[in-house]
Amino acid sequence: MFEKIWARHIVAEPQDQPALIYIDLHLVHEVTSPQAFEALRLTNRKVRRPDLTISTVDHNLPTDDTRSEVIKDPIARIQVDTLRKNCEETGITLYDVDSKAQGIVHVIGPEQGYTQPGMTIVCGDSHTSTHGAFGSLAFGIGTSEVEHVLATQTLRQRKPQTMEVRFNGELKQGVTAKDMILAAIGKMGTAGGTGYVIEYTGAAIRGLDMAGRMTVCNMTIEAGARAGLIAPDETTFEWMRGRKFVPKGEKFDRAAEQWRALASDEDATFDTLIEIDCDDLEPFVTWGTNPGQVTRITDKVPSPEDFDDIADRSSAESALEYMGLKGGTAIEDIQIDRVFIGSCTNARIEDLRSASQIVKGRKVASSVRAQIMPGSTLTKLLAEKEGLDQIFMEAGFEWRESGCSMCLGMNPDILVPGERCASTSNRNFEGRQGKGGRTHLVSPEMAAAAAISGHFVDVRDWETE
Amino acid sequence: MEKFRKLTSIVAPLDRANVDTDQIIPKQFLKRIERTGFGEFAFFDWRYLEDGVLNPDFILNEDRYLGANILAGGRNFGSGSSREHAPWALMEMGYKAIISTSFADIFRNNCMQNGLLPVILEEAEVDTIMARALRGTGYEVTVDLASQTVKDDLGLNADFDIDPFRKNSLMAGLDDVGVTMEFSKEIDLYEGSQTKRW
Repeated sequence: MFEKIWARHIVAEPQDQPALIYIDLHLVHEVTSPQAFEALRLTNRKVRRPDLTISTVDHNLPTDDTRSEVIKDPIARIQVDTLRKNCEETGITLYDVDSKAQGIVHVIGPEQGYTQPGMTIVCGDSHTSTHGAFGSLAFGIGTSEVEHVLATQTLRQRKPQTMEVRFNGELKQGVTAKDMILAAIGKMGTAGGTGYVIEYTGAAIRGLDMAGRMTVCNMTIEAGARAGLIAPDETTFEWMRGRKFVPKGEKFDRAAEQWRALASDEDATFDTLIEIDCDDLEPFVTWGTNPGQVTRITDKVPSPEDFDDIADRSSAESALEYMGLKGGTAIEDIQIDRVFIGSCTNARIEDLRSASQIVKGRKVASSVRAQIMPGSTLTKLLAEKEGLDQIFMEAGFEWRESGCSMCLGMNPDILVPGERCASTSNRNFEGRQGKGGRTHLVSPEMAAAAAISGHFVDVRDWETE
Repeated sequence: MEKFRKLTSIVAPLDRANVDTDQIIPKQFLKRIERTGFGEFAFFDWRYLEDGVLNPDFILNEDRYLGANILAGGRNFGSGSSREHAPWALMEMGYKAIISTSFADIFRNNCMQNGLLPVILEEAEVDTIMARALRGTGYEVTVDLASQTVKDDLGLNADFDIDPFRKNSLMAGLDDVGVTMEFSKEIDLYEGSQTKRW
């Protein structure tokens, strides 16, 4: 599948140079774009295809309800205003703070139907890999490359190697896409995918809904690979049907026919294969300061001595110190202070529905502050229509506005030093959610159950109403 | 972009695996709309104490490494976010080359877009450089891009690989956009061939 998409997008292959690849969709947000627009202005260059570029504000937006009137942080406000000005000058569509289509860039692309199989998609954000769930080649780029795409609608790329990650078997109740990808990263390490494009295959992938597939592809970058792909199938097409920018009627059928043809050939070969058995997979919880430092809910926090490799051992040592954990502690005994259900990994309507099932009729532990930041304004409105907001608020969750929020803590939502958070996001790096904050990555179901219990629990044992 | 040819400098050792871009430049400093002004915030959480005073225990704060233009780092350097603010911050700190056994893809790309040379060496070679830099004061290496070598006065003589296109761009100080603009005819042709697909 990767080969087909790659071959279709080659604009030029000059000798001794990386190939020039055409970009079908460029997503832009406020944080990684201002310097790119500025560079265009300085060199008198234009945005080549504003019609293939869309933008939104997500990274530094506050999630309280006053944000559409004023962003209190003056530097964040300048950044948002700069994007507004740049979009106005160049004719790029902007889904601003007051738009229903506003949201985390990797949530709104698929939600609005911009993301389609076979496309090349880039964004100045490493979690662009999310869109690979639709069988599009999607990856994160830096600001200089944002400038390059704005000016030329192309990107210079050496062809990456390919890796197949095959998820065999079937997930048990309470085990999710998040646990699949955490298991894979635990196995490969955070650099195992460097230089590769990953294609996810296997029965367990086929069994996932689109939200689950997006969760898997989203965290591809945490294994070091820039892009992850899943072949589109009927699940994909049904999810896409009727979305705003997806072709309609007969056009849809013709498009779906082409999309079907993209799916991997039975005899496709990959440079590397990794297999994961999903039949005995459990919910996973990270214990350290990178997503590869992860273990099963029924397990214990490892000790540095458990690692043979010297670098792994010293990483574990500094991670445990930062996380305030001792080797040998049962994961279920770890008490938490905060819960964050949000981010481009796990804040789609499907994620909120799953979490609400866990929460329904229960109360958040008195020692825990729990927050939900839906992935987009549309997601938030849909959840409210379904009454999910009531379930969460009755349980004691804060129901907030959409945005990247506490996934990276660029806005006012951050942990204070020492606070421990069960988070549905993608990175447990030191200080990611706030200086001194301690992040444990889990699925939305696991985060919801931890909010109620005050510590991690095995959601497989959870009784729902 | 500044040209990179040959650089001799003392080496600052950061002997830690998976140094991520959140560490290199924490998110609270990403709100600027300029390419400059990030250097003083590089490695912020490690570099400064609560009251804003330099943390004497952070190795890059040691006097003997001040003025270094070469940073030696642990494996998977620059993992995580795509923020180009990370190489911008490192360059403002004075670094012009980073030596490690491996780099995260996006970070490595971002470095090369800015004339910051990521040098990949064998583990034993990086270990040697790291140990020598940690041991004394004034340990210098020479990174020569033309010959793709890293040498010191103690007998280290290491080769490294680099994409020939990137090498040429770095040595000539060329930015990609200018080079690609010369292909506008090919881009026009490609766009012309993409008639409505359905």
